[in-house]
Amino acid sequence: MSNTKKMSISDIFGKLFRNQIFVPIAAMLILLIFNLIADPSFFRITLGYNSAGNPVLSGYLMTVLDCGSELAILAIGMTLVTAASGGQDISVGAGIAIAGSALLRVLCGNNTRPETLNAPIIVAFLVSVLVAMCFGAFNGCLVAFFKIQPMVATLILYTAGRSIAAWINNNELPIVSDATFSYIGGFIPGIPIPTPFFIAAACLLIIALVLKFTNLGLYTQAVGINESSSRLNGLNPTFIKWLSFVILGICVAVAALIKVSRLSSINYSVIAKDIEMDAILAVALGGNALSGGKFNMWASVMGAFVIQLLTTTLYKFNVQSDALPAYKAVVVILLVVFSSPVVREKMAQISKKMKSRKEAA
Amino acid sequence: MKKKVLAMLLASAMVFGLTACGSSAADTAEAPAATEEAATEETAEAPAAEETAEAPAASGDLIKVGIINNDPNESGYRTANDKDLKATFCEANGYDASFAYSLKNDEQITAAQKFIQDGVDYLLLSAADTSGWDSVLKDAQDAGIRVILFDRTIDADPSLYEASIVSDMAFEGENTVKWLESQGLDEYNIIHIQGVMGSAAQKGRSGALDAKVAENDNWNIVTQQTAEWNAETAQQIVQSVIDAGTPFNVIYAENDDMAKGAVAALDKANISHGVGKDVIIIGFDCNKWALQELLDQNWNFDQQCNPFQSSYINDVIQTLESGGTIAEKTIVMDEKGFDATTITAEDVEKYGI
Repeated sequence: MSNTKKMSISDIFGKLFRNQIFVPIAAMLILLIFNLIADPSFFRITLGYNSAGNPVLSGYLMTVLDCGSELAILAIGMTLVTAASGGQDISVGAGIAIAGSALLRVLCGNNTRPETLNAPIIVAFLVSVLVAMCFGAFNGCLVAFFKIQPMVATLILYTAGRSIAAWINNNELPIVSDATFSYIGGFIPGIPIPTPFFIAAACLLIIALVLKFTNLGLYTQAVGINESSSRLNGLNPTFIKWLSFVILGICVAVAALIKVSRLSSINYSVIAKDIEMDAILAVALGGNALSGGKFNMWASVMGAFVIQLLTTTLYKFNVQSDALPAYKAVVVILLVVFSSPVVREKMAQISKKMKSRKEAA
Repeated sequence: MKKKVLAMLLASAMVFGLTACGSSAADTAEAPAATEEAATEETAEAPAAEETAEAPAASGDLIKVGIINNDPNESGYRTANDKDLKATFCEANGYDASFAYSLKNDEQITAAQKFIQDGVDYLLLSAADTSGWDSVLKDAQDAGIRVILFDRTIDADPSLYEASIVSDMAFEGENTVKWLESQGLDEYNIIHIQGVMGSAAQKGRSGALDAKVAENDNWNIVTQQTAEWNAETAQQIVQSVIDAGTPFNVIYAENDDMAKGAVAALDKANISHGVGKDVIIIGFDCNKWALQELLDQNWNFDQQCNPFQSSYINDVIQTLESGGTIAEKTIVMDEKGFDATTITAEDVEKYGI
């Protein structure tokens, strides 16, 4: 009796351990426990008012939710691109600069310091989505039709993107003074939870519905696992790959909207700098194979919030901000080592041995 | 059918790309007939993004200058600096100027080597990094090219260049700290947001504050972090201090962008800032919008960092061309600080960049 119970517990643990989402959840728990021990005030959330007199919740956890939102949105698109093409898009940061510039160009017109908005925010946003879809399609074409390595194909936009962003606004740095525009990256009056979190939640809901009611997820995985066999089964791998880049383009436009709104301004050369690395790291942290194939969207999104949690924790402990990439590098090394075939085989051997010993006892 | 739709989509994407490129090409008057692909690939191959302002070949009497600068989009300061240089070094003033932009030292050095091969008369340089320039400047000297540094100094033998036109960053820091001291607060709890570590601006602006804090017991640093000139990072740094609940009353941001990011975090937490308020805001560079914040009493102090070096450079070149010598190698430009209580609307127009 007790034996079967023990078995079932170890089974549950085994199942949990094998489940992909285990990796980001474990990483998050480790970080949270570390914070709990080091300084429990990390978990304090207070209700205050911002300078416009609107209620806002503040605290480290809210900061994580707030600042991690863009990354979570980007992780959605990056997961699809990774799964379908077996490579990563490294032009995401430059893409945000372009989409954000297009957004501000429509909002501001020719005047860089407009008193009123030139166009409704939704129109500007749709234009920037269109622009982002275009360069997503451009990247997708290179990868899907011309079979260029994704990292090499997106390198083009990675180097040229910020210059293109500068052209869009004639090298000016526009500033929007309209208050409603700042709600998107801040707070909607009366709602104390940061708006970016709602936007991220909406994006997740949409992608969840898409994955549930369409074959996008299945097709993407099929193409990523074996392109030629998926073609033999009547799929169009070229289109699926191309589509994944277009979807990433939409995610980039949404992230750009939030980023630009946070400061009501844009600085092409530094906005969303190196965010592509964080997005790729989020996918890797989610336990997804960077060589494509099967993916777990929720694990990637969890991964994105883990990265922001790590960043916020490091800021809290006053770690020099230029040293942050080094800490992220440590995480990457650990992940890569633990997911390498050598280590996995060893782990499997050990667990087998333990099991057989248990049975012998 | 699916293929047709796809082809249509792609074609429209290409056409859109072409038109977008067409307008931008017209704006900057370069690369006469480039498709989007060609334009992007070109930039990919040459990250230093060279751009010849004057297309026609140099005629004999024009002075050929190669200008190596940082990316004009780096900041408002750099944009103003680039605009000023382009206005001065034009054909009407007797110059044939080529420009190369990069934020990376090795790319700048490559651009310098190219200018040396092209046989320019003068090499104007705003170095991304202070070190690594000795050998390339020696090459320039051997080729008879005269080098003038502007905006930033480098760690090289002074004999390798003719003149160095700089902002005195240490003076900027000292002037600002002096102003801060004159405010007579009982206690200074300072959030210090630094620029890219190791840059001359960061060293000069941090140096004065660090010295003051070390000397006085009532001057404390709450946090000292680099935001690498990035407003967003600055916002996160200040947010982190607010979340921790540590009291502070001064924000010393080493440029305007970072001060703006810091203020965004303060606004979110309803911490008042500006003249006669809880937190003193200090910025550098005197962007027009930043001076406007001073005029509106939202910020307290902004220290100028003069981006208009071209007239100084022009003087140096004209002196050298007429056979004169430069008495002082290092030429320091005039710079002033603005206090929110005394700034006028004319100042905003005149000194804003």
